[in-house]
Amino acid sequence: MPRTISELGIALRDGSTTPRALLAEALAHVERSDKDLNAYLTVTRELAEQQAAAAVHMLEDHPETASPLCGIPMALKDVLCVDGIETTAGSKMLRGFKPPYTGTAVQRLFDAGAVCIGKTNCDEFAMGSSTENSAYGPVGNPWDIERVPGGSSGGSAATVAAGSVPYSLGTDTGGSIRQPAALSGVVGFKPTYGRISRYGLIAFASSLDQIGPFTRTVEDCALVYSAIAGHDPRDSTSDPRAVDDPLASLRAGVAGMRLGIPREYLGEGTEPGVRAAVEAAFRVLEAQGATLQDVSLPSTDVALSVYYIIAPAECSSNLARYDGVRFGNRVERASLTDMYLQTREAGFGNEVKRRIMLGTYALSSGYYDAYYRQAQKVRTLVSQEFDGVFKEVDAIVCPTSPSVAFPMGSRDDPLSMYMCDVVTLPANLAGVPGISVPCGFVDGLPVGLQVIAPRFEDSRVLRVAHAYEQATSFHTVLSPYASEAA
Amino acid sequence: MTEAATIPSALDRYEVVIGLEVHAQLLTRSKMFCPCPADYTSAAPNENTCPVCLGLPGVLPVINQQAVEYTVRTALALHCDIPPFTKFDRKNYFYPDLPKGYQISQYDLPLSINGHLEFPVGGETVRCGITRVHLEEDTGTMHHAGDVLQSAMSSLIDLNRCGVPLMEIVGEPDLRAPEAAREYLVRLRQILTYIGVNDGNLEQGSFRCDANISLRPRGAQELGVKVEVKNMNSFRAVQRALESEIERQTSVLDAGGTLVQETRGWVEAHGRTISQRSKEQAHDYRYFPEPDLPPLRLDAAFVERVRATLPELPEARAHRFQEQYGLTAYDAAVLTDTREEADTYEALVGAGVPAKLAANWQSGDVAALANEHRMPLQHSGLGVEGLASLLRLVDSGAINGPTAKELLAELYVAGGNPEALVRDRGLAQVSDTAELTALVDAAIAANPAAAADFRAGKQQALGQLMRSVKEATGGKADMPLVNRLLRDRLSEQ
Repeated sequence: MPRTISELGIALRDGSTTPRALLAEALAHVERSDKDLNAYLTVTRELAEQQAAAAVHMLEDHPETASPLCGIPMALKDVLCVDGIETTAGSKMLRGFKPPYTGTAVQRLFDAGAVCIGKTNCDEFAMGSSTENSAYGPVGNPWDIERVPGGSSGGSAATVAAGSVPYSLGTDTGGSIRQPAALSGVVGFKPTYGRISRYGLIAFASSLDQIGPFTRTVEDCALVYSAIAGHDPRDSTSDPRAVDDPLASLRAGVAGMRLGIPREYLGEGTEPGVRAAVEAAFRVLEAQGATLQDVSLPSTDVALSVYYIIAPAECSSNLARYDGVRFGNRVERASLTDMYLQTREAGFGNEVKRRIMLGTYALSSGYYDAYYRQAQKVRTLVSQEFDGVFKEVDAIVCPTSPSVAFPMGSRDDPLSMYMCDVVTLPANLAGVPGISVPCGFVDGLPVGLQVIAPRFEDSRVLRVAHAYEQATSFHTVLSPYASEAA
Repeated sequence: MTEAATIPSALDRYEVVIGLEVHAQLLTRSKMFCPCPADYTSAAPNENTCPVCLGLPGVLPVINQQAVEYTVRTALALHCDIPPFTKFDRKNYFYPDLPKGYQISQYDLPLSINGHLEFPVGGETVRCGITRVHLEEDTGTMHHAGDVLQSAMSSLIDLNRCGVPLMEIVGEPDLRAPEAAREYLVRLRQILTYIGVNDGNLEQGSFRCDANISLRPRGAQELGVKVEVKNMNSFRAVQRALESEIERQTSVLDAGGTLVQETRGWVEAHGRTISQRSKEQAHDYRYFPEPDLPPLRLDAAFVERVRATLPELPEARAHRFQEQYGLTAYDAAVLTDTREEADTYEALVGAGVPAKLAANWQSGDVAALANEHRMPLQHSGLGVEGLASLLRLVDSGAINGPTAKELLAELYVAGGNPEALVRDRGLAQVSDTAELTALVDAAIAANPAAAADFRAGKQQALGQLMRSVKEATGGKADMPLVNRLLRDRLSEQ
């Protein structure tokens, strides 16, 4: 069975495996599984071999002080820039684009001795909830390849669920880590906005985007988070405060904790199976000594509307640089205006175009006050409601997604797709940390429990999730692709 | 019909309203949002670029602290208020010299507001309000194969200038004539260069000006239709473009027509403006707060620290020069024209040169030489120290004026020690009374006719006698003393 980061760290140090052996296993697994899954856009064999060789030296020279991530294979969502490695953001617009630099969070992993085996498939520019918006084809869910793995970080979720790598990085703008983690049966963590540098993350919506890990266990999640968290002078929105060690409080349990259940997050759209699994999870937490109580986040219904103004507004500006002038796709035309129009017409997919148009409209002269300014006000309200609830409770527990993984092609109406994120995107609007941890199955498809805590209480999120995980065994149930590897 | 003939008559009927927007590049070491050098002129194309100023996917801006300080320094010099809270915004538009597709600028909460600039125009003091001074980033530069981008076969882009800190200084529509607009710019540039934030180069575009101009019937309260004029790259061009616009707008209004709100470009070669863009074609910039940069909070202590770096401003310095050194208003203005000029003057006085003497030489012969050699005194071979030592020789009477002039011209470029040269070449002034009296007597004896003429009341006759004594000393005679001795002698007999 695929091992966790913690287990592999021990094996690397007791000599029962080596970075090169782990790399070979991971590449062989991708070779077998990815024909079905399409989780990878690029396999970075050469880079991985160099990093594995470097990890061998790091482990030999400093076995005690080498990072827990040293020598362990992993994968990166294709919106994260790596020097010299094709980075497409799932878009035709960036086919062949090789950034001349590596982003901060990724560099921190590389410095720790991580072995990057590839770039994972995702919705184009991280816009979507199913990974069907990738210009390079959809990703199959390892539990049922006819179904989506969630999105937009579907490739990163699927590769961990399939057992190719013990962890990967994704990005979460409205739920793009937590929702695919839930639908793919793995742990997915969106830290507090400002905890992880966004430098080197191809921006979708700057005020909402956050990098975070996919792992098999909460402990692994804490390990990866620790390696990438902390202030970066290249990202002015990264927080200068010191990061507390999540491992120190990971096993402190939930006894005496007050946990809130927002009634708006278990609305009519919640599938009965999901509701049952999550309610069972609440009882597990109660049995662990937590006190559960109902709380209210009344702006939840308008949060979706607010999100679909703010995120497109920022995206309409962030994606203006894809103009065919300097890099990426260009459609040659005789005039500048035609070159712009045809390049963007050909380079962007429908969902990206839809959001650019929405955002352009929301920021237009005469509409700004009615849309963008109003949305910012409601965003503040959403944030204040979280603050209020966190005066009553220590953390929020709720479903990560109203549904389990749905069949590919079943949600062709954009609005029904947008509803996927109704319980995840408020956390992005408020900047609070949230995690999804496996909490059961409906007809063999995974369900995720979401834990949300106040800003900068990332350790508390991990602590609650860990307590739940250790009291249950859902995280040990493997997808067919992971079982095959065993 | 000439401008000179039409404008005054137009001004009887219409009041001219002008407001200026100045863009000034800041003399910071690095660019506005990345560590690349801000000096874009001396590098090969696209040499001073990095992922951030190239606008590559995934990069983020970081605010240049020095640029904020320089903008606050400017704002303080222009008597602006510095609000405690300011933020950056994105101004969105597509153009190949703007790699991100937006310019990081400031929209509704600029770094500073409510300032003013006072300056004399034709003997009257004009006060022009400063609406705001804000901070943004410059764009790249383009080189078209052809005149304009749309018809060029190819265009090359140089992004060295992209991201250079740019300050926008928006003036109120308080100016009422092209001369006032010109003087406003002259004075603004003087202040910016004085406080060391900008090099004031209009030709290279480090100091750029756009003008808004409208006309309204005299006595009217409502503003007329405003036209924005661009492409003026000298003070003279600004004045001429505005004069040309007044003429054009007057003829439209006089013919009963209406003006359209538009942007017009000054075409130097044709001496007129041409329409570039109508109001309908104006961009909707879709400003919104820059999500990659948290708002800035500038506390009072920071503002005071910046205030402490402000040098004495030209106007105040000119006043002080009049009071402290007894200079005329004109001399004081000339000697405080640039900070270097004023510093040189005070260095000369500080080195023991009398104030009036220093002023005369610095604004006379030294200025002429600096101009001739295109080399300011402080970079010349002579230097400020050398000039001080030369002028001390003049002051003490050790050499006379003509000798000093010759030495100055010789040493300006080549350099050297004036005192040693005077000694070695025997250039010392002849001012011994006994020696000069003998020469005076000899001159009278040799020129009896001139002596007789002078005694008969013909003052000009003295000139021939003086030249005779001067020649006898090889030009080194103390001529004021010779003059006195000659008069004494000729009145004795």
